Amino acid sequence: MDTLTQLGHGFAVAFTPVNLLWCLLGTTLGTAIGVLPGLGPALTIALLLPITYQVAPEASFILFAGIYYGAMYGGSTTSILLNTPGESATIVTALEGNKMARSGRGGAALATSAIGSFVAGTLGTLGVAFLAPVVVKFALAFGPAEYFSLMVLAFITVSAVLGSSAVRGLSSLFLGFVIGMIGVDLQTGQPRFTFGMTELLDGVDVIIAAVGLFAVGETLYVASRRYSGKDEIVPLRGSLYMTAQEWSRSWKAWIRGALIGFPIGAMPAGGAEIPTFLSYAIEKKLSKHKEEFGTVGAIEGVAGPEAANNASAAGVLVPMLTLGLPTSATAAIMLSAFQSYGINPGPLLLTTQSNLVWGLIASLFIANVILVILNLPLIGLWVRLLKIPAPQLYAGILVFSTVGTYGISQSPIDLIVLYLLGGVGFLMRRFDFPTAPVIIGMILGPLAEAQFRRAMTISNGDWTVFYTHPLSLTLLILAFIGLAGPFIWGYVERRRLKGQEAIPGDA
Amino acid sequence: MLNRREFLAGTAMAGAAGFVLANSGLALAQSAPQIALFVPAAPGGGWDQTARTMDQVLRKEKLISGSQITNVPGAGGAVGLPQFINQWKGKGNTLMVAGMVMVGAILTNKSPNNLTQVTPIARLTGEFEALVVPAASPFKTAQDFVAALKADPTKVPVAGGSAGGSDHILFGLIAKTAGVPATSLSYVPFAGGGEALAALLGNQVAAGISGYGEFAEQIKAGALRLLAVSSGERQEGIDAPTLKESGIDVELFNWRGVFAPPDISEDDKKSLITLVEAMAKSEAWATECKNRNWTSILMTGDDYTKFVADDTARIEAILKDLGLA
Repeated sequence: MDTLTQLGHGFAVAFTPVNLLWCLLGTTLGTAIGVLPGLGPALTIALLLPITYQVAPEASFILFAGIYYGAMYGGSTTSILLNTPGESATIVTALEGNKMARSGRGGAALATSAIGSFVAGTLGTLGVAFLAPVVVKFALAFGPAEYFSLMVLAFITVSAVLGSSAVRGLSSLFLGFVIGMIGVDLQTGQPRFTFGMTELLDGVDVIIAAVGLFAVGETLYVASRRYSGKDEIVPLRGSLYMTAQEWSRSWKAWIRGALIGFPIGAMPAGGAEIPTFLSYAIEKKLSKHKEEFGTVGAIEGVAGPEAANNASAAGVLVPMLTLGLPTSATAAIMLSAFQSYGINPGPLLLTTQSNLVWGLIASLFIANVILVILNLPLIGLWVRLLKIPAPQLYAGILVFSTVGTYGISQSPIDLIVLYLLGGVGFLMRRFDFPTAPVIIGMILGPLAEAQFRRAMTISNGDWTVFYTHPLSLTLLILAFIGLAGPFIWGYVERRRLKGQEAIPGDA
Repeated sequence: MLNRREFLAGTAMAGAAGFVLANSGLALAQSAPQIALFVPAAPGGGWDQTARTMDQVLRKEKLISGSQITNVPGAGGAVGLPQFINQWKGKGNTLMVAGMVMVGAILTNKSPNNLTQVTPIARLTGEFEALVVPAASPFKTAQDFVAALKADPTKVPVAGGSAGGSDHILFGLIAKTAGVPATSLSYVPFAGGGEALAALLGNQVAAGISGYGEFAEQIKAGALRLLAVSSGERQEGIDAPTLKESGIDVELFNWRGVFAPPDISEDDKKSLITLVEAMAKSEAWATECKNRNWTSILMTGDDYTKFVADDTARIEAILKDLGLA
C-alpha cells in the first residue's frame, strides 16, 4: 500500500507538462541514438551531463531515463532491418530478426520487439517498484563463483546458434575468445595480444565486432554474388503488423524474456547480453517451429531476447536505486549526475530522495508508453527501407556502419578493425561458419575468465567453491541438464520405443 | 516586394554586422581567453568530470569565454598521452586533465611516453582512499586487518579497482610497511566501483580499498565499517583514524591535476598557472569539490613538477614489488 501511495506521488511529479516534454525528448533522442551503432546511452547521457547545471533534478533524470529506455527500443530496429546491431544487447535480435525481415516479415519483427519491449519494460519497472528490496538481496548473494557458473550456463546457449556443424560452430566460438582476450588483462594489468599498439589496450569493442562480422561481412558476401540471383530480399509479405498466430507465438516469449532479463539485470555483474543469449536458447528449445530458426526467421527468437534486454535495463536500476551501486556504464553516469546535484546515491537514497526516485520510476512507466506509441507507427516507415534496391541499400549499410564505428571513439584503428573483421565475416559466410558464436565468445569468454580467476583468488585456489556454494551448484546442474538433457531424453525415448516394438515380438 | 538589389544590400549589411559582432567577440576573447581541455578518457569518468567542472567554473567566474573539450579515451590515458605530446605540442592555451591513475597505467602498459614529456601546471584535487570491511567482519581496526595480513595474506582477499590502479597501489604500500611480501597478496580487482561494492556487501571478500567517495554512503548506512583513511590528517566529519595513526606509515592521495603540452612558452605557462589558481580559489570551485567529495590540494609550478616526479618513483617501486611493472 505504501509503495502505491509513493508511486502515486511519483506520477504526480512525472505528469507535469514540462516533465512529460522532457520524457518525450528523452525517448525520441534515445530511439535515435539506439538506431546508430556506436553512440550508446552511456555516452549520450555523459555528453548531456552539463544540463544538470541548468535544470531541476527530476527533469534531468526523467530525460536520462527516457534516453536509457529509448536506446533499448532503437537498437533493435537496425538489428532487424540492416543486420547492424546498434547496441550490444540487441546483437541476438539480429539473428532471427534480420532473417524475418528478409522473408517479408520485417514489420512483424519490429512490432514484436516494440510491444515485447513495452511488456517487458513495464513488468521490469513494476519489479523495480515492488520487488527491489527482495531482488537486491538475491543479487548480492552472487559472488564470483556463482557468476562463473552462470557463465557456464550461458555457454550452453552457444549450442542454439551452432548451426549445422559443431566443429565449425566451436571454431567460431574460440575465435571469439581470442578476440575477446585482446587488451589489458584486468586481473594483472598486463596487455595481451595488443602487438604494442596502445589503441588495442582497451580491447575490441563488441559492437564493432558485431557490425563488422554481421553487416560488413554480409555486404561483401552479397556483393560477391550479386549476379547469381540468390538472396532476394522480400520487402513485405502479408500484413504490416503481427498476425494472430504471431501474437500467440510472441506473448509467452515476452513473459519468459522478462522473467530472465529482470533478475540478471539486477545482478551487479549480470549485464544485458547474457539474458538475451539465455532467452534465445530457451525460445529455440521450446519453439514448435524450430525449422524457422536460422532460415526464414522465428518470431520467438526476436520476441524473447528483446523482452529480456528491456527487462534487464529495468533490473539495472534495482541496485542503483536501492544501494547506489552502478552496475552498468549508463547507471554509473546517472549516479554521477546525482552527485552534481549534491545528492549522494546510496542505501539511503530511497528514504532521503523519495520524490526523485519515485518520480523517476513513474517516468519509466510513461517512457514505455511513449516509446510504444512512438515506435509502432514508425514501423511502416522503417520497412520501406527494405524496398531500396540492394546495391544502394548495402552501400548505405556500409556508410552507416563506418560512421557509427568512427563515432565510438573517433579512432581510425577502430575502422581498420571493423573492415578486417568484415573480411573475416565474409570468409566465414563464404565457407559456412556461423558468426554469432564469435560474438558470444567475445562477450562471455572474458567475463567467465575474470569471474573464474576472482573466485580462485578469493578461495585461495580451492576448486570446491563451484559446487559447495548452493547457488553455484544449482546453476551448474541446470547447465548440465541443458547440455546432456537432450541426449539422455533421446536415449530414454529410444529405449521406450524399442520396448514397445519388443512386445509384439514376444507374443 | 523585395527586389534583387535591395536583397543584396540587405545581405551585405547583415554580413557587415556579423563582422562587427565577430570583432567584438574577439575583443572579449582577449580579456577572457578561449581554452582547450584535453581529456585522455571517455566522457563521464573522473577526469572528464574534472574537465567539465573546470569549464563550468571558469566560465561562471568569467575567467574564460569558452572551452573546447576533446576526449581521447583508452587504457588509463595511455592512448591519449602520445597524441597530446605530438599533436598539441606548443599550444599555449591547452590543458590536459590527468592524474595518478595515468602514472600507473603508463608503467603497467610499458608505454614509451610519460608525464615528464608534458608541462605540469597544477595539482587540483585528490581523493583519499578508504580501507573498509563488511559490517559483519571480525576486523574492528586497521591493526586487526594488518595482523591478519601478517598471519596469512592469502586468507585476506581484498577487493578494489583494476590491477595496478590506486587501490592496488595502496594495498601494496600497506603490505610493504607491514613487512608482508607484496607478491603473496590476494587482491581481487573489479572493473567498476559498483561491482567491488557488491562483493563487499555480499560478504564475498574480507576487505575493500577504494576512493572514500565510493564507500561513503554505505558507511553512513552502516553496511560497511571504515577502518582507516589514507589522507595525512583526520578528515572533518569522518569518524575514522588515518593509516598513519593506526601505525601504518602510508599516505596516499589519488590526485588529479592539469598539464600543458610540451614546448610552450614561459609566458603561456605563467598565464595558465594564474588562470588555474584563480579558478581553484573561487567559491564556485569549492562548492563543486564539496558536492563531489573532492579534496582541494592545490599545488602549482615547480613544486608540482617535483611532486609528479617523486610520486612516479614511489608508484614505480611499488608496482615492481607487485610484479606489475
